Amino acid sequence: MEQKLFGNSLSVINLGLPSFFDDLKRQGASCVHVDWTPPAGGDVRLIEILDRLEELG
Amino acid sequence: MILKNVVQKNSYYDSATLMLLSSKVGQHIGSTKQVAVMMGSDMNKDIMRASGLLAAEGEAANPNDLIFAIQAETEAIIEEALAMAQEILNSRSAKMEQQDTQVVKTVADAAARLSDPKLAVVSLPGKYAVREVKKLLRENCHVLLFSDNISCEDENTLKDMALERDLLMMGPDCGTAVINGVGLGFANKLRRGNIGLAAASGTGLQEVMTLISNFGGGISQALGTGGRDLKEVIGGKMMGHCIKLLQDDPETDVMVVISKPPAPSVMERMLHQLQQSQKPTVVCFLGGDENMDANGLYMVHTLEEAACKALELAKVGRPDDLRQGHDPLPAMAQTLREKLDAQQTNIRGLYCGGTLAYESMLLMKQALGDVYSNIALDARLALDGTAPSQGHTVLDLGDDAFTVGKPHPMIEPSLRGERLLQEALDPSTAVILFDVEIGYGSHENPAHVAAEEVAQAKAILAEQGRQVIFIASICGTYEDMQDYATQKGLLEEQGVVVLESNAQAAQLAILTVSK
Repeated sequence: MEQKLFGNSLSVINLGLPSFFDDLKRQGASCVHVDWTPPAGGDVRLIEILDRLEELG
Repeated sequence: MILKNVVQKNSYYDSATLMLLSSKVGQHIGSTKQVAVMMGSDMNKDIMRASGLLAAEGEAANPNDLIFAIQAETEAIIEEALAMAQEILNSRSAKMEQQDTQVVKTVADAAARLSDPKLAVVSLPGKYAVREVKKLLRENCHVLLFSDNISCEDENTLKDMALERDLLMMGPDCGTAVINGVGLGFANKLRRGNIGLAAASGTGLQEVMTLISNFGGGISQALGTGGRDLKEVIGGKMMGHCIKLLQDDPETDVMVVISKPPAPSVMERMLHQLQQSQKPTVVCFLGGDENMDANGLYMVHTLEEAACKALELAKVGRPDDLRQGHDPLPAMAQTLREKLDAQQTNIRGLYCGGTLAYESMLLMKQALGDVYSNIALDARLALDGTAPSQGHTVLDLGDDAFTVGKPHPMIEPSLRGERLLQEALDPSTAVILFDVEIGYGSHENPAHVAAEEVAQAKAILAEQGRQVIFIASICGTYEDMQDYATQKGLLEEQGVVVLESNAQAAQLAILTVSK
């Protein structure tokens, strides 16, 4: 069920700097960190091809 | 000198972690210029090659490989540096494993674990961030996009996707927001209240919201748009959405909007939207037309005045009313001026916060005339970041010229040290003006770093029988984890004059060098 942004308890997803995740936990926020690694070995052209295949699919 | 590259295959680490690591290991072996720990992307390899740190092993690395590049006098120092770097990375990995109940592999996993409303803070490298933000928006997540290096085309695509779903897409290059009391990115611990803010400027928003909080007011919501939102090419689309959210928010009684002057068409639309509101609204266009008449809106020209006006409208009262018309700055300037010799006429501003640098540059320009800067609006006054200062100079040390391959100075303020010493030793320098940022995301003890740099400069100046005036402001709240009073005390122990806002600090510097 979709909730309005303001006035409800905010849940936060962190993608990137782990220090931002540490600060969210320090505030007691409901939060999850995505342990992200570049897809396709970081090859941007290959990633674009994968994205296009996904869109077609 | 011996150069060594060690490549660790298929080990991804984010660039901020690696920049801090490089800086730490570099400081340990005595030169930050001789250590680079980076992923093996072509761009990173270019940086390492230009610094003379890339060997054959590093050249052969792939984007997903981690390169340790170290240059030192002996093999023993190189081995010691490598061991230190490995130890720091291993302890970080161990820490992340301990947190595994809150650590997931994909955006979809993360979204499934959390209840609505959801917001994602994205600080991935720009070239990867866009596709992840698209996934997040499809998962009905609001987004704060911290990353930069995102094209205008992508920014428009992401913002359009967000608006179709009634979602926020703050950024790219959005450094701070506070939503429902949760600080995101470089944010601060604020008192809650009835003043709502929307800004296209990171440290500008931080300065206003922390002053409101410190002066006894409170914040309902503080939203960012990213610095490019009010340009013609984006059309202010996210600012429009932020203003609507604040207008509709029952907790917000007073609104504050902060940005550099928007593109004319964007400004017209934005002012029209604000004028439709029943809520009193303060508008701070830093560097905008001072005489602009915006019927029904409260136009102000400094970040401090934005905070004061909002406090007045929120019926908290203006903090400057407590001074009952007494301005202590002229007398302070008079005392400081007595410490200077006739040659010392220039202000040198060394800033971690971009908008604070911009505000000081504007105030100095108005009072003193030409101000050289790496963020100057006038090409005649543009100063390449690495060139020596001239006349009055204000530098934004977070600008790309200073931060290629290095962490932002709000995270690692020691990058200011070398420049501070250089300015102090210039016989024409009268005042060194600087900022200290505290709060979430910032360095754990930035005043300690600054105080040590000031002490070092003062020791050399004492040998020369000279003094330089150091003036600073702390951007943060009394509730922030670094402890405002402790930070202020550390600076004052070294004779730094600490003012409660950047505008006041700049004003004191101006009065000190004015005849």
